[in-house]
Amino acid sequence: MDDSLLATLVASTLRLATPLIFCALAGLFSERSGVVDIGLEGKMLFAAFAAGATGAVWGSTTLALMAAIGVAVTLSWMHGLACVSHRGDQVVSGVAINIIAAGLTVVLGIAWFAQGGQTPAVSNAVRIQAAFPQAAASLSGIPWIGPLVGQGLLSHNPLVYLALALVPLSWWLLFKTRFGLRLRAVGENPQMVDAAGVSVSRLRYGALTLNGILCGLAGSYLVLAQSANFSPNMTAGRGFMALAALIFGRWYPVGTLWACLLFGFLDAAAILLQGVPLPLVGEVPVQIIQALPYVLTVVLLAGFIGTAIAPKALGRPYSKDR
Amino acid sequence: MSGAPSQILPRWADLVLLPVVCLAVALLVAGGVVALVGQSPTEVIAVLVYGAFGTARGLSYTLYYATTFVFTGLAVAVAFHGGLFNIGGEGQAILGGLGTGLVALWWSAFLPVWIMLPLMLVAGALFGMVWAAVPGYLQAYRGSHVVITTIMFNFIASSLLVYLLVNHLRPTGSMSVESEPFADSAKLPAMHEALAWLGVAWPSSPLNLSVLLAVLAAVGVYLFLWRTRAGYHLRAVGSSPGAAEYAGIRPKRQIMLAMAVSGALAGMVGMNEIAGVNAKLLLEFVSGAGFTGIAVALMGRNHPVGIVLASILFGALFQGGAEVAFEVRGFSREMVVMLQGFIVLFSGAMVYVIAPMVGWLLTRVMRLLPTGVARG
Repeated sequence: MDDSLLATLVASTLRLATPLIFCALAGLFSERSGVVDIGLEGKMLFAAFAAGATGAVWGSTTLALMAAIGVAVTLSWMHGLACVSHRGDQVVSGVAINIIAAGLTVVLGIAWFAQGGQTPAVSNAVRIQAAFPQAAASLSGIPWIGPLVGQGLLSHNPLVYLALALVPLSWWLLFKTRFGLRLRAVGENPQMVDAAGVSVSRLRYGALTLNGILCGLAGSYLVLAQSANFSPNMTAGRGFMALAALIFGRWYPVGTLWACLLFGFLDAAAILLQGVPLPLVGEVPVQIIQALPYVLTVVLLAGFIGTAIAPKALGRPYSKDR
Repeated sequence: MSGAPSQILPRWADLVLLPVVCLAVALLVAGGVVALVGQSPTEVIAVLVYGAFGTARGLSYTLYYATTFVFTGLAVAVAFHGGLFNIGGEGQAILGGLGTGLVALWWSAFLPVWIMLPLMLVAGALFGMVWAAVPGYLQAYRGSHVVITTIMFNFIASSLLVYLLVNHLRPTGSMSVESEPFADSAKLPAMHEALAWLGVAWPSSPLNLSVLLAVLAAVGVYLFLWRTRAGYHLRAVGSSPGAAEYAGIRPKRQIMLAMAVSGALAGMVGMNEIAGVNAKLLLEFVSGAGFTGIAVALMGRNHPVGIVLASILFGALFQGGAEVAFEVRGFSREMVVMLQGFIVLFSGAMVYVIAPMVGWLLTRVMRLLPTGVARG
């Protein structure tokens, strides 16, 4: 493998892992507080649409980001209304969010832009550009390390670095602050938190708000950084892959990061390896690499490689009267 | 998925009034969106109803879509009665179609139709069953949650189908990703053909004899769940695993059984889509029907009669929606997907939000009526 190929692989791994990281951290907060979130996919999709539509119409990156986050947080709160304030089923609510997002984004897209559900491309001024545009060129002289650092690590836009920075931040918030302790407690034993005089639903709404913000960033990344416009179903299962990464990371931020990077790497490899024979195994079918994240997650869940223990109160609605 | 939403409502209101109110709320919100995008909800509804029921051809399409939804809806319902949420109807239907199709590709050239069709049905059900039984096993014996594993299995199933079609089943040199067509013995007769044998003229449509299979499946599920010992055990575990275990029922075995039956039902989608319509294996023959099954089961309150009715409603929405997309400018089929989402939201997730409101209204109305009428 020559050095430019390695750099490309590192770069596209990071690029493809970024929406997964945002989304998986979103799921992490929600699930750690005891609320199952199947709706990551739908929230990310709707946020991407909001970012695309706002960015195209008003031409402002800030407005696009705010719209995406606003829409995703609203959907999270709707999930909360059904499953935290009331005893609605969390999985059903998540499924509803996914289906509504898949339908409504296209309906609104056709009604507003009449391009078969796509939004017009946002201008380059609105797109989020590379953070260090000169890095790749200035480092390219150095053999091996140059392309790897320049192209592989430093060629990205700020959202990629934000996603990476959010991992230790989430760890700190969850494991080193009082809010985090309470949030984890509410996912393990809400009765205890309630008995201590802390509001269960306020904590869960707090977690859902963080969840919405992160889903909003994931959706914005797809439209403002990865491609230039929204197209129907552009999330293409990434929300579910993030859910898998979250489980694969055993509900820990750093573990989740590694899982996202692994899945991002597999995604990048699937693109690069298309039709390329590998030594020893020959040509690996793309579909096998694509299915690998899900297979690995099932194998992990089945307890064949270590154990994955979910928060104890995950999926159980909490009401005081019981 | 949750059971009876409340003790607030009397039984009749819980069984009839609440689902109707939930559906009405979903329709109202969807109607609001239709109005928001600048179209007339009344015009859309008129075209939709006429497109779905107005002609023999439209009705046939409605029933054709409904057939698939009966299978996936029953699949969700059986798992639900066993206390499980099978979100993997999509993957199980894909595998079912694969089983049906593989048998047809291998043997349709030399086996007669009366062996072929039962064989395809069994193969489809068996493939779907296995695809659901693995998550069932993992839930029962390894403690991994069935919701997550069935989601993963959906993705694995679609990758598997693409892999087999692209690398093995596609005829060499062919660009389109589909198998060779089956021989005639693997084709389930279409309804217009069957009716023509009886001397009835019927317009041609994808509706085929698997609609009868769907009715049989609904009756079978009813008999199984409410008239057999096995079904009773399954429901006992679904309502209270602890109590069932004390009564000597093994919950783990029931989890396996519920998932296996559920998967077999979803697998029968292959009879409608592959054996009945396409007569070859291709991609995207399920296209979301597994998820529609969740909406169908929620609306039909997990009872076969409700599921058949809800399937016809959704069949009508899909067929009518296609007609509206054809007639009304700017209307897309995604409207129907959106409405489906609202139905899942309001009939499923938001029931507990709506039920107290209905209860409040109901007590108000009751108070206005003379007591004799209100009790009646």
